[in-house]
Amino acid sequence: MLTIESDKCTACGICETSCAFGAITVQDDCAVVNETCTLCGACVENCPVDALHIEIAGKKIQSDIEMYSGVMVFAEYRHGGIAQVSYELLGIGRKLADKRGVTLSAVLPGGNVASFTEALIAAGADTVFLAEHPVLEQFREDVYAAVLEQVIREQKPEIVLAGATAIGRSVIPFVAHALNAGLTADCTHLEIREKDGMLLQTRPAFGGNIMATIECPNTRPQMATVRPKVMAPAVPDRTRKGEVIKVRLLEQTLQTKIEVLDSVISDGDQVNIQEVETLVAGGRGLESEKGFALIRELASELGGAVAASRAAVDSGWIPYPHQVGQTGKTVSPKLYIACGISGAVQHAVGMQSAEIVVAINRDCNAPIFNIATYGVVGDLYEVVPQLIKRLKEIKK
Amino acid sequence: MNIIVCVKQVPDTKDVRLDPKTNTLAREGVESIMNPFDRHALEEAVAIKEQLGGKVTVITMGPPQAETVLREAIACGADDGVLISDRAFAGADTWATSYTLARAVKTLGLFDLILCGKQAIDGDTAQVGPGLACRLQLPYATCVQKTRKVTTAAIEVERMMDDGYDVLRLPLPALITVVKDINEPRVASLKGKMRAKKTEIRKLSAADIGADHQCIGLAGSPTQVVRVFSPEARGDRKIFSGSVTEQVDQLVECLRAHL
Repeated sequence: MLTIESDKCTACGICETSCAFGAITVQDDCAVVNETCTLCGACVENCPVDALHIEIAGKKIQSDIEMYSGVMVFAEYRHGGIAQVSYELLGIGRKLADKRGVTLSAVLPGGNVASFTEALIAAGADTVFLAEHPVLEQFREDVYAAVLEQVIREQKPEIVLAGATAIGRSVIPFVAHALNAGLTADCTHLEIREKDGMLLQTRPAFGGNIMATIECPNTRPQMATVRPKVMAPAVPDRTRKGEVIKVRLLEQTLQTKIEVLDSVISDGDQVNIQEVETLVAGGRGLESEKGFALIRELASELGGAVAASRAAVDSGWIPYPHQVGQTGKTVSPKLYIACGISGAVQHAVGMQSAEIVVAINRDCNAPIFNIATYGVVGDLYEVVPQLIKRLKEIKK
Repeated sequence: MNIIVCVKQVPDTKDVRLDPKTNTLAREGVESIMNPFDRHALEEAVAIKEQLGGKVTVITMGPPQAETVLREAIACGADDGVLISDRAFAGADTWATSYTLARAVKTLGLFDLILCGKQAIDGDTAQVGPGLACRLQLPYATCVQKTRKVTTAAIEVERMMDDGYDVLRLPLPALITVVKDINEPRVASLKGKMRAKKTEIRKLSAADIGADHQCIGLAGSPTQVVRVFSPEARGDRKIFSGSVTEQVDQLVECLRAHL
């Protein structure tokens, strides 16, 4: 529970404003906590006089933590290829493994996927655990989870990384629960502490309004998912040597209750916003669906595509595939123009690796200006038309 | 058909803002709402009940005031509400939450189907649904965008993938998590609101569900938040000033090299 040392507390009120749940208030000369407290620790972190503490009673500690070693990546296969994010995970996985002085492995379940092991080794894997079986041809939560669980129990990696894709986000929480392991979703930054191998996992928290760093001190493996396009893949090195080990899948591992009746690939009717060099994005500041006509005009003038914030998508102004942010896509274009987007952390984590960010917003205090390369303070309905006009003039 | 719907009371995160001066969360006027994805799970459950008969029970883990979302769910067509509430549950991460919900479901008895929203908007993890399926040993599917067919023996669903969708058949009992495309949630009827007022909400404590104290709340959570901070500003930024025309001119000048 949260304890407050009344003799240390100065009633400054910082804890009150740092609480996302309204669980702490300053009454008379000391902070008081109520039952809505979720023990998130935000107030403890912010208290300038160390008056707040969270006490954990009876925390269980896994007894064989020392047995776990190495970094393992879930290599995701679907419809004839390995997901790009798997190579990105091998990129960050290699760095973590080298810093800790351990091996990097990949586990690859699938029907007929042996031909992909070379690419995984070239991307940084020392070992590939190949789990082939006809039942793994298509993704099924139960049998994929069982395969990952079997390999992790046998190999005991200290860290397991997976892509925050439809497949990864669906199967990994099941595996983590089965292993009694901690799992952090959608990490935007991963770091390892050399002395004890603690994985420092950073992700947006509180609806993406602030960042939080998370540890799993008492359990192994430490598991994390990472969204596509957040980490950089290593340059493939075809001369790298690695070992391919065929996993002997247990009878009980291959049981499935799920029947896959069909697997439909949707037509790519829209531009993938993760693939273009220029994005023009609209947010709540557009105030209506019509605003996107202006956004589209600017995008086409720049030869780019249209993106949006969660607020614009939630308002129904533009479909979900255009959404950038923690609950949408992560993009890293050369140029990102944010129009009428406040720039909350949940949006920022999806676009902050863009080379140049232009912010157009009336509110000069909007957080988007903190992450912008160039900021224009003004009404987007005045700024954007003038910008289009100037760009047209330059072209001539 | 006995259907359980898991819901969560969340702060309406679109109203939570970071105060740029103090770097703390400004939450004035932030309301508590039913997690938007859970509304769609509830609607799907009520629609299935209307088709096949049976009962919809809504459960939530949270502080006493989370009772509000249960009453709201009853107003929108659920039959019963169960509040899983205890000081000992505080600080639960997704592992401890899945454990607690599973214990509560076992306490409630037999069921055919469990529905959850894809994720909660305060945490955005999407981990509790699969975790609950694991603990209850249920076949499951996440991000369901359409229920194609449901009988007392099986459910056929379309599940969103990154490149399209899969059509799956799961034998019951099973668990699914849903996305917003699955349906359009109804608004509460007047009759529903009346019933919501009168319905007694069942309350379950840690002792009622036979929870192991090492598996609940902060003690049962493998993950631990060690630092909370706001992201750093870009080093090389340039915020223009002057009239709109002047600012646009400066911007175009800066961008020229990159176009």
